[in-house]
Amino acid sequence: MVSGSVFFQRESAMPQPSISKSMTIGESGLAVVFAVTAFLCVIASAKALDAPFAFHAALGAAGSLAAVFFIVNNYYDRPASLPAEEINGRPNYNMGPIKFSSFMAMFWGIAGFLVGLIIASQLAWPALNFDLPWIQFGRLRPLHTSAVIFAFGGNVLLATSFYVVQKSCRARLAGYLAPWFVVVGYNFFILVAGTGYLLGVTQGKEYAEPEWYSDLWLTIVWVVYLLVFLVTIIKRREPHIFVANWFYLAFIVTIAVLHLGNNPALPVSILGSKSYIAWGGIQDAMFQWWYGHNAVGFFLTAGFLAIMYYFIPKRAERPIYSYRLSIIHFWALIFLYIWAGPHHLHYTALPDWTQTLGMTFSIMLWMPSWGGMINGLMTLSGAWDKLRTDPVLRMLVVSVAFYGMSTFEGPMMSIKVVNSLSHYTDWTIGHVHSGALGWVGFVSFGALYCLVPWAWNRKGLYSLKLVNWHFWIATLGIVLYISAMWVSGILQGLMWRAYTSLGFLEYSFIETVEAMHPFYIIRAAGGALFLIGSLIMAYNLWMTVRVGEQEVQMPVALQPAE
Amino acid sequence: MSFWTRHQVFEKNSIILIVGILLVIAIGGLVEITPLFYLKSTIEAVDGVRPYTPLELAGRNVYVREGCYLCHSQMIRPLRDEVERYGHFSLAAESMFDHPFQWGSKRTGPDLARVGAKYSDDWHVTHLTNPRAIVPQSVMPGYPFLSSTEVDPSTIADHMRTLRTVGVPYSDDQIANAAADMKAQADPDNAGADAFTKRYAKAVVRNFDGKTGTPTEMDALIAYLQMLGTLVDFKLYNEKANLR
Repeated sequence: MVSGSVFFQRESAMPQPSISKSMTIGESGLAVVFAVTAFLCVIASAKALDAPFAFHAALGAAGSLAAVFFIVNNYYDRPASLPAEEINGRPNYNMGPIKFSSFMAMFWGIAGFLVGLIIASQLAWPALNFDLPWIQFGRLRPLHTSAVIFAFGGNVLLATSFYVVQKSCRARLAGYLAPWFVVVGYNFFILVAGTGYLLGVTQGKEYAEPEWYSDLWLTIVWVVYLLVFLVTIIKRREPHIFVANWFYLAFIVTIAVLHLGNNPALPVSILGSKSYIAWGGIQDAMFQWWYGHNAVGFFLTAGFLAIMYYFIPKRAERPIYSYRLSIIHFWALIFLYIWAGPHHLHYTALPDWTQTLGMTFSIMLWMPSWGGMINGLMTLSGAWDKLRTDPVLRMLVVSVAFYGMSTFEGPMMSIKVVNSLSHYTDWTIGHVHSGALGWVGFVSFGALYCLVPWAWNRKGLYSLKLVNWHFWIATLGIVLYISAMWVSGILQGLMWRAYTSLGFLEYSFIETVEAMHPFYIIRAAGGALFLIGSLIMAYNLWMTVRVGEQEVQMPVALQPAE
Repeated sequence: MSFWTRHQVFEKNSIILIVGILLVIAIGGLVEITPLFYLKSTIEAVDGVRPYTPLELAGRNVYVREGCYLCHSQMIRPLRDEVERYGHFSLAAESMFDHPFQWGSKRTGPDLARVGAKYSDDWHVTHLTNPRAIVPQSVMPGYPFLSSTEVDPSTIADHMRTLRTVGVPYSDDQIANAAADMKAQADPDNAGADAFTKRYAKAVVRNFDGKTGTPTEMDALIAYLQMLGTLVDFKLYNEKANLR
């Protein structure tokens, strides 16, 4: 395992003997809160009504105690004064939480891709469910989606947002313990949610499976995240808020709204894991897909567009193509996305007027999406030759191309007649993965390939050749994955509605299941390639940190403005 | 002052930016969701839909826990092939007491909205224990552990009370007799079986898993599956009155 020192740079502030050392209000307050939490968790664990809740309460107690220990221990180790805002006129950037989140992103990424490969294989060879509750498809599938979206994607967003907001505001991250509370607290949420799925703790709402106590914990962490981000912006030394930060802010604020709107639940007992959601039937369906579609729109799109707006210009060493386009892109995207949810409920019992609104706005959404794509791609104007020499930039640019492809496919599938064929089939799965593997995956990989050398102060990556291998293996995996799902989805949709010349349904349901088998094997193979690519990446990043050459700090006087 | 200059107010003031974001993202959700709570045409006027019996509710919780909704929808669309394959298209009223809704979004397996009374209890026991014993090409996981796990009648009243708070119309009588009703539904010889069927219209009393003793999760899940889609009598349903 990685010791704390990999993430923690011991702050080398000058010893200032004149200041007597004392705990800050934050340190003492947080230590007390965690001590009380640990106590309450022990009681909850002892009195729990079900085993998973007892386990999670015990986890909560252990985590709280570890937090108290960390806070106190850190207090004794640290210099009397907190890290300076600036050193010699340069912002004293806080890289610790960024390193932690980058590491966790890589860890959860591999775990999430692996679970994806397992459930893909279970669909091809059902014996792999082993008749066991904990590893059967229905419990592993939420583990896969949460691990890749919220654990991998979430940590990438935490790491990059904390980096981008500091650099583009020329200010140190707000708070001393708060950023650590956010990154560690968020990963603790993932741990509780993920182990819960395996134990059968779920709300039964797609992408919102975590139960009431995980949701409450996430709410606290998220509010602190918003505060850290916002206060850092407020102390900025640049007059303008950089465009990437608008997208991060929209992502943080909207996810908070969605999370609160979709998850109000009443626990059966405060000592048990089971709760019932406040919304029922049709209203629950609408809340769920208002949330579900905008988890895509704001978590997987707005957040990662922020990455695009910072990392592509930075890596290509070119300014953003059009500032005005980015203004239109931003407001149009966040306004239109929120309306698109009902396209997940076409032809259901949801009233027609809602379905039609959802479809209309989904089609309109194509325009800002492609506006954003053009803004990202055209940033390479005059630097296209770099695609030949820089595989990291290539990864970032291909991710934007995949973004363009999925944001065309999405509006198309939201048209009701197309949806009547595609809904309930693997076509949806293929569409999601062209976005998830191609867009979110590649833009995250590109960002991490940039971020790790920057955060650990390395001259460059350990090996660009390995990045190249990663790029091609993963691309091949994506192509296999999405083409298999297109074929199986459309095939299944057509078989369901096929009629014989006598007017009878031509295929029984199970015949359509049987027809999927070869495509499920191809899909699993594609997923395996994607996983192999990420293992190559993890090795490359590990070696970058371990043996990479230190970037020599230029004398301050020669430092150009960022 | 041009539009682009005016926009600087957002670029230079983080609080105004946040307020702007909140206003812009609020509109769509408010317009699409709020009317669903007050437009009368949203949920059809229909007879027969009732809250789940204690045993069915326990079965539904197993359904949610095992993630059945990830492969099975419970929402038949008004398309020719679906209506012929699965039965009458689903009504909003049929899931109005569902917390959470389980319409699903993927059919790796068939739709289950009207699976009730389609197969025998024996079929379900064998199929849930080992799907490939009945359907060789099936890719569904086996759930043999359901037969060996008992449900807990002592806590089910708390679940029903919680559901009542969020809007499911359980009566005091139903909640008071929850534990007894749970046992009675899985045991035709039970003295309370008659009183139970009076409390829940169209509820079926059977020994679903074929074993005596405290009901198992297999009993509960099959009780739930066997009632799906059976509450509304479509011979009496007035389609024209509910056109929207």
